[in-house]
Amino acid sequence: MNEIIKMSRRDFIKTGAILGGGLILACHVPFGRRAEAAGKTIFAPNAFLRIGSDDSVTVIVNKSEMGQGVYTSLPMLVAEELACDWRKVRAVASPVAPEYNHTQFGPIMVTGGSTSVRSEWERLSKAGAAAREMLVAAAAQAWKVEPSACRAENGVVLGPDNKRLSYGKLAARAAKLPVPQNPPLKNPKNRNILGKPLHRLDSPAKINGTALFGIDVHVPGMLTAVIARPPVFGATLKGFDADKASKLPGVRDVVAIKAGVAVVADDFWLAKQGRDLLEVTWDEGEWAGLSTPKMREEYARLAATPGLVARKDGQAPAELNKAVKRLEAEYEVPYLAHATMEPLNCFVDLKPDRCLIRTGSQFQTVDRNAAAREAGLKPEQVTLETTFLGGGFGRRACPASDFVLEAVQVAKMVKKPVKVIRTREDDMRAGFYRPMWYDRIAGGLDATGNPVAWQHTIVGQSIIAGTPFESAMVKNGVDGTSVEGASDIPYSIPNILVDLHTTKNGVPVLWWRSVGHSHNAFVVESFLDELAHAAGKDPYQYRRALLAGHPRHLRVLDTVAQKAGWDSPLPKGTGRGIAVHESFGSFVAQVAEVSLEPDGQARVKRVVCAIDCGRIVNPDTIAAQMESGIVFGLSAALYGAITLKDGRVEQGNFNDYQVVRMYATPEIEVHIIPSDDPPGGVGEPGVPPIAPAVANALFAASGARVRSLPMTPEKVKAALARK
Amino acid sequence: MITFHVNGKRHTVDLSPDTPLLWVLRDHLKLTGTKFGCGVGLCGACTVHIDGRAQRSCITPVKDVAGKKITTIEGIPAEHPVKKAWLSEEVSQCGYCQPGQVMGAVDLLNRKPHPTDSDIDSAMNGNICRCGTYPRIRRAIHVAAGKAGKGGKKP
Repeated sequence: MNEIIKMSRRDFIKTGAILGGGLILACHVPFGRRAEAAGKTIFAPNAFLRIGSDDSVTVIVNKSEMGQGVYTSLPMLVAEELACDWRKVRAVASPVAPEYNHTQFGPIMVTGGSTSVRSEWERLSKAGAAAREMLVAAAAQAWKVEPSACRAENGVVLGPDNKRLSYGKLAARAAKLPVPQNPPLKNPKNRNILGKPLHRLDSPAKINGTALFGIDVHVPGMLTAVIARPPVFGATLKGFDADKASKLPGVRDVVAIKAGVAVVADDFWLAKQGRDLLEVTWDEGEWAGLSTPKMREEYARLAATPGLVARKDGQAPAELNKAVKRLEAEYEVPYLAHATMEPLNCFVDLKPDRCLIRTGSQFQTVDRNAAAREAGLKPEQVTLETTFLGGGFGRRACPASDFVLEAVQVAKMVKKPVKVIRTREDDMRAGFYRPMWYDRIAGGLDATGNPVAWQHTIVGQSIIAGTPFESAMVKNGVDGTSVEGASDIPYSIPNILVDLHTTKNGVPVLWWRSVGHSHNAFVVESFLDELAHAAGKDPYQYRRALLAGHPRHLRVLDTVAQKAGWDSPLPKGTGRGIAVHESFGSFVAQVAEVSLEPDGQARVKRVVCAIDCGRIVNPDTIAAQMESGIVFGLSAALYGAITLKDGRVEQGNFNDYQVVRMYATPEIEVHIIPSDDPPGGVGEPGVPPIAPAVANALFAASGARVRSLPMTPEKVKAALARK
Repeated sequence: MITFHVNGKRHTVDLSPDTPLLWVLRDHLKLTGTKFGCGVGLCGACTVHIDGRAQRSCITPVKDVAGKKITTIEGIPAEHPVKKAWLSEEVSQCGYCQPGQVMGAVDLLNRKPHPTDSDIDSAMNGNICRCGTYPRIRRAIHVAAGKAGKGGKKP
């Protein structure tokens, strides 16, 4: 499962290169040419498939497997068109090469934005179809019949007079044939792999201890490093005393690097003990005074002033003043750590003329190029091998390549293979968080309770500013990821103003599963609920009435309302909340059932979820991703907050950065809407609706409107006192 | 020198007696199926069995296992009902916490062959999964125990 394919690009270009007695089909996939004609630069020949003389089918996956199931869903796309035997299919990680670049995100290999299936559907389907056509042509040639007299099925080509040859037996002959440029795809009616809940290809390795994560990488002679990092973002090293650390048996080196001071030892435990014995002094720099309460005050002040306009329909401020009823509220959400189960780590073996990196990256080309610059090598001298990722959630797609660069920096000093491992505390305190946000929102209702004006001011840091993506993703000063899910609300309201204040401070921020939607859906769907209650209307019906012309929103909304029994009675003290949100090309609605514990803790008992993600690859993966997004979003809704005091992150481990555990997990049921629409994402869209669904349910249960995440017992009690 | 058994095999190590068992397993015995998640016994990724009971190897000094029998994820046979249920219920996502979850579940079923949901809550609360596979873990434990589960539903 963890084999990492080592093939040069030349191997792919030479049609028919033989590897292990099989064939590599070098598919000049027409999608690339069309895309090029459309102005995009995807022209490299693609190579996603290898068929062995033993009938094995290896799909080379250019997306990082971090739990979302791409090592199964992407092979399913290939296998459907290849018409192979699914039991013979396996997945391996692709190397970093232009032919594996993202089809939409520019010339980089990256896994993100819930795009894997969406962006690879056509390319991988055609890669499978081209191979099938070649295998059929090879069989026809062998039998001296027309290809039209043959057909492919389940890994075998069938011909006249019950002739049959397996793909493995045809591989060598097929390799000599020209690659069809525009292979026909199956009629969707004849699909027999897509749409089935096939078991994940990576599951067996994940419960027998053989799945290789970055932290598991080991080579003979390897050292392990643990780094003392600045206590404050942007602090610089003044000096250090390594006497005690150096005296520990097994500590081989203590080195100052850009990232801090690294203790390099024979194993992790020695390196960590050595690191903990270091005495380091820092010049704490300009961010030593950062504190969350002070930032919050500043954000609140900004929220009361106009920002840069992200959306303007009509005259929201004027119409708000004229409205029969006017509501105003302030919402806030904190910084959040990704807290992947596998703490960040990176293995580097640096030689004078080459460098090998093994790590769990979502951002391979960016990381490789950054490593090359750091090492003084050319990108092609750096090999980055992608392991399994013990969770990603965006953290392993870091434009700063922080966890890769620090390992290269250590490797430069110690000149031996080295693996840098972060402790949980290192991982949680060293930055890159979902930004903290503060929102001020106002709505105006007419005499019938319909909203006539909506004004939403958003305050927070830009994830994109200062990265190479700034020119493409920041328009007129507005970072699209800051306002996604807010500037594009679907509700029929004639006057809408959404504006943005982009703050700057030293806290490193990054995309966090569902990015801007993670906070905007909470604000929008909570406030819409407030409007419904202010209008004296049912929150589900209120949404319905405002979503005419949005059939996909309506369908998921109606589905969850029906499946949850929206109008059915609940035990006293339990309430239902509903939310619907579009993100990453998919539509998700959720109903949460919530009660209040005597101590003020919201208890989420049941969540009913409906998703319309267009065409379906693997329904079980979709259900799993909805369950996953709900639990992940629930951790943020109920517990998660990274706070700063004197520039220092106050949390460090799962005691003070709590996450949902088994007992707090609701019963979850997922309904998938059958659809022929283009595929949407599934990794992220399950997250945004859960926080507002829970907040709305809490209100229904108790009358407490909590506008600040996480919904701690203290905040719930304060909200109860306000009502 | 400290001697103990792992998955039926005798090992003797010459390490500082305070070295956590986790890092002895991972860095010295190369049994990397047991994972590092928090280092302080809060997440359960490092769960192994010591003399048949689930323990957190990240906070167990190696001196405490002298003469004891340790089982890691690599020592649970593929045919074990818990591993089979983990596959049939398709529990794993990123998979990083799952060795610890499996070890916790095996221990639970050894003690309580037919656990209730409440038993599962108590036994599995110390094992964090950031992918949120809890509904399937619950279901898989019920399946391994030989009865249909309650939790997330399959489509």
